[in-house]
Amino acid sequence: MPRADDLQPAGADPGAPGAPRTVMSAPDVARALRRIAHEIVERNKGAADLVLLGIPTRGVELSRRLGALLQEMEGAEVPVGELDITMFRDDLRRQPTRAPMPTRIPAGGVDDKVVVLVDDVLYSGRTIRAALDALSDLGRPRAVRLAVLVDRGHRELPIRADHVGKNLPTAHSERVMVRLTGVDDEEESVTIAAGETRAGHPSGPGGAA
Amino acid sequence: MRHLLSSADLGRDDVRALLATAAEMHEVQRRDVKKLPTLRGRTVINLFFEDSTRTRSSFEIAGKWMSADTINITGKGSSTSKGESLRDTVMTIDAMSVDCVVIRHMASGAAHQVAQWVDASVVNAGDGTHEHPTQALLDAYTMEARLGDLEGRRVAIVGDLTHSRVFRSNAITLRTLGAEVTLVAPPTLMPSGIASWARADGLTLADDLDAVLADGPDAVMMLRVQRERMSGGFFPTPREYTVGYGLTRERLRALTSANPDAVICHPGPMNRGLEISADAADAASSLVLDQVSAGVAVRMAVLYHLLAGEEVTA
Repeated sequence: MPRADDLQPAGADPGAPGAPRTVMSAPDVARALRRIAHEIVERNKGAADLVLLGIPTRGVELSRRLGALLQEMEGAEVPVGELDITMFRDDLRRQPTRAPMPTRIPAGGVDDKVVVLVDDVLYSGRTIRAALDALSDLGRPRAVRLAVLVDRGHRELPIRADHVGKNLPTAHSERVMVRLTGVDDEEESVTIAAGETRAGHPSGPGGAA
Repeated sequence: MRHLLSSADLGRDDVRALLATAAEMHEVQRRDVKKLPTLRGRTVINLFFEDSTRTRSSFEIAGKWMSADTINITGKGSSTSKGESLRDTVMTIDAMSVDCVVIRHMASGAAHQVAQWVDASVVNAGDGTHEHPTQALLDAYTMEARLGDLEGRRVAIVGDLTHSRVFRSNAITLRTLGAEVTLVAPPTLMPSGIASWARADGLTLADDLDAVLADGPDAVMMLRVQRERMSGGFFPTPREYTVGYGLTRERLRALTSANPDAVICHPGPMNRGLEISADAADAASSLVLDQVSAGVAVRMAVLYHLLAGEEVTA
């Protein structure tokens, strides 16, 4: 994807239709993650039994950052893993085939743990539905919670997030893009653009369903 | 990718994607719950006109672990034993609107022919002396698991080349991955016309196994002597074959001293004491059981790439 500022020549009206608009800068992302980390330990009354599972690709980077913040705050190492949901998607037939990403579960497993799923954008809820299915094949957590950087609405399933970095009202046709240092070559940001909807399939790059 | 008929259908990116998927599927096999919902509602028919233990069972398990319905039909138990033609058999199966037909047949080219007749995806699980592409993928997967990237690695394929579909598919896939391939066989078991293929694809031909082993290849793949396909005197006696081309205890020692990290593969079933000695088959450097264990993961990857996104192309 082209960078936001590539599409927005100097002097252009930032409110012009089609121009990507930055809704979170790198410091905003950092602050949101710090607040989420505080919420997680507050809700859990400490870091005991917590396991963070990031959903590839950007959820993995976010879960690592949350893990580092929790360690800094609580002084205890919180296990961080990765949960790939490719094989559990319900729209495989409508998408070009893509190779699955790794699933890495921390050595302690997920049985009787409090698992916090971490993703970048919460949209239809179908990714999280798939993640819950994938998780149930790996064990039986005591509780499963969901942390997302952006909740853009338009849920298609009865799923909600426990910890949200930013609630972002969007139109169906808009595209939300998350760019993270360590994953993307571009400047860290969350942008929103009036996008071409692809036959009702919103899960573009960075705009996971 | 609609069918998998020949290893030549797969470019480097295709092979890489399949092996990467296989690695994740291999990981799933270590879990308590091995079943994935990926191919729920899909039907896979294993149509086997030749005997097979590992290929058929691994395709069946691969399908089941991805929640497809898998059904086995063997030549002996089907209407072909009443005289039904191959075309009528596969048309009958296709009329039941299955999603995938995995076929093994004694005639070279059978899978290509079947692919012309049916709407389902066709996987070649071995056609006569022609090809066996999933075997080549699982061999590459197994070797890479031990050796790392096969680019520039030296692989010797030894034995009954004339009757071997495993060698044909392996030579193609190994070249696709950038490995250097040396083919070793007695002159009577070198397929006719191999020299021009070898020239075109950069394969090296040899008839002195000891010289090849002394060169310290990274992997040695021993092929089964396929006596059921032999109708003439390809070698005077089994004993003489072993002396010239078997991986004996002495040759294993020579290989290990030339390259301590060299690995040994065999597609199975093995004729112990003929093309491979028990010492070599059971050595720590032998990947024979790893190959079987990789078989399911690789076939899961193949079924996934053929069937998961199918509706787009259909």
